[in-house]
Amino acid sequence: MAEITRLQELAYEVKIGEVMTKDVVTVTPQNTMAELRVILRDHRISGAPVVEGGELVGIISVEDLIKALAAGEMDAQVGTKMTPRPVTVRADESVVMAIRYFNRHGYGRFPVVDRAGKLVGILTRGDIIRGLLKQLEMEYHREEELRYRFSHIFEELISDLTSITLRCRVEAQDFDRAGEASSKIKRALTRLAVAPQLVRRAAIVTYELEMNIIIHTTAGGEILAEIQRDRIIIRAIDSGPGIPDIEQALQPGFSTAPDWVREMGFGAGVGLNNVQRCADEMLIESPGAQWTSVKVAIYLNRECLEAGKAAA
Amino acid sequence: MKLREIVEIVEGTPVFETDLDLEIGCGAAADLMSDVLALVEPGAVLLTGLCNPQVVRTAEMADITAIVFVRGKQPMPETIALAKEKGIPLVTTALPMFEACGRLHQAGLRSCDISCRIPWRTPDGPDELSQ
Repeated sequence: MAEITRLQELAYEVKIGEVMTKDVVTVTPQNTMAELRVILRDHRISGAPVVEGGELVGIISVEDLIKALAAGEMDAQVGTKMTPRPVTVRADESVVMAIRYFNRHGYGRFPVVDRAGKLVGILTRGDIIRGLLKQLEMEYHREEELRYRFSHIFEELISDLTSITLRCRVEAQDFDRAGEASSKIKRALTRLAVAPQLVRRAAIVTYELEMNIIIHTTAGGEILAEIQRDRIIIRAIDSGPGIPDIEQALQPGFSTAPDWVREMGFGAGVGLNNVQRCADEMLIESPGAQWTSVKVAIYLNRECLEAGKAAA
Repeated sequence: MKLREIVEIVEGTPVFETDLDLEIGCGAAADLMSDVLALVEPGAVLLTGLCNPQVVRTAEMADITAIVFVRGKQPMPETIALAKEKGIPLVTTALPMFEACGRLHQAGLRSCDISCRIPWRTPDGPDELSQ
């Protein structure tokens, strides 16, 4: 599952130009369907862009060929059987755009053009899958190496439960230094070779919780990030005034932030929802509305994720 | 889209010397920092009217690549200092938010994914690949 979801991310990062087939076999409108048949067979391809005078004018596929064969029109010119003005994709667009195009139009291939509209390649679903898998394989090797270094720390320090704790003090109303705690924690997690998407989730959680301490507490509080072998636990603890109604505080849009905080772009009342979205477990406690503790767990591996699901 | 093109399209000015060849995957516009943190896609350009250092902090947490300040607003000195430290390019433009967004979108910059599900978390996330 981890691989598949990384694949989804890659679809955003990898460009069409990186996965397309660059050596495009083209035909002209004057070629006959019989000639097309030979070209498709010899190159083992199922379609080709139609080019005239360096300009892309259409696209023709094996389906068009079969229709022509059935109708006994193998002498017809490609120009009369092709799909004119084909939908194109741009080489500098993300693969995810191409996936949307395939789903929307139902075509088997798209000519790829550069910014000037010049044909630079052709893209099939197969190209996308091959390209993404290649990328994934490269990343997998890199990640293996990093993981080894990370897990090594836990192998060398033996105890019943080894963890690394980062502790950051957060002062109330201290907007000048707001985000410093999260920034430190983000950097530390990156150094410990935690996967980037998990670092990002942990950073968003700590940042939202840090802002809550700055905005809402009277005497500040503390953020702790505890990295265990299989999970990150983030705790935000403050000394009040606490949350009288936690359920209400979790309502999107509910906020008690003063206007000056809102002017800074915070206090929109969705901070805790952002936290919840990024967390695998979340627990808010504020007994008697005297102090608040928010505890969040982010799982680092699949085993932990599955165990968590089974428990829930 | 390269940062260079974005600067050209919004007729902007980089606030300090910047690598204009940075690749920008998508765009987002927000004055609410929690909205920025709700973006699920890294590598965006953020268009905003807020000029305080928190914008840079938020960008850092959300893996935003560059920030554009709209409507001729100048970032505070603290904001510039923090952005330099974090290596996040800042650009100013005289265009209002709507115009700047419109031009970028028209030029082919797509919106950031803000689906409420985080794709790498849910096995039933975006199903585009499974179709």
